[in-house]
Amino acid sequence: MDTVCLEESLIMVDLAGTTNEEVLQNMARNLYEQGVVKESYIDAVIEREKTFPTGLPTLGCSVAIPHTDIEHVNRKAISVAVLKNEVDFGIMGEIGTVTPVKLVFMLAMDQQHAQLKLLQSLMQIFQNEETLNEISREHRKDIIIDLLESKLNH
Amino acid sequence: MKKKTILVACGAGIATSTVVNEAILDMCSANNIQANLIQCKITEVSGYLDSADLLVTTTITGKDYPFPVINARAFLTGIGLDDVKQQILEEIKK
Repeated sequence: MDTVCLEESLIMVDLAGTTNEEVLQNMARNLYEQGVVKESYIDAVIEREKTFPTGLPTLGCSVAIPHTDIEHVNRKAISVAVLKNEVDFGIMGEIGTVTPVKLVFMLAMDQQHAQLKLLQSLMQIFQNEETLNEISREHRKDIIIDLLESKLNH
Repeated sequence: MKKKTILVACGAGIATSTVVNEAILDMCSANNIQANLIQCKITEVSGYLDSADLLVTTTITGKDYPFPVINARAFLTGIGLDDVKQQILEEIKK
């Protein structure tokens, strides 16, 4: 199955943090507490972000897609955080540049080179200014899930 | 025209390179081009120095390679995508 279930326990709204490391730490710890990833995922995803930043400027608000190697993952999931205030993330593929990120999609991927449809749908969302802005203003988890699922699992 | 070998790389070799790989496959078939695509982690690129013709990557390379390098972030955000596709096509057709 190439679908992913979005769970309310993995959606974080008004997530506060002053650095991207703090945000990553919070999100990854939650994934660990929900049994989605192993404890090693937490440090791994933080380290990966330092070496290979995942911030993406879009036509709407900037997003980030932190992720790390499959061996740290128990089961496939996506955690989504709407940040209380924008936090700088390094821009993917660049050195020394940052973008103020409002939405973080932390990916827990359990297979290499798979999940194509899911990832493609996610990138489609990144190209949809309206959806991104709608999510970034939303405070209700169930509405965020509805918004995303209508785009992800079709 | 020699069949070109294109490396598609990202940091983990899991997420973004999967999307870019598929987009390039679509682009090649739409343009009737045959190419070898190899999806890998950026750290694995050095194993293909002799065989690759082009590197398309979403991540920092931090190195010089004996082949051209094209930034593929546009495939994720849609911003500047037509330009990047054009650059890749030109390299493949060389």
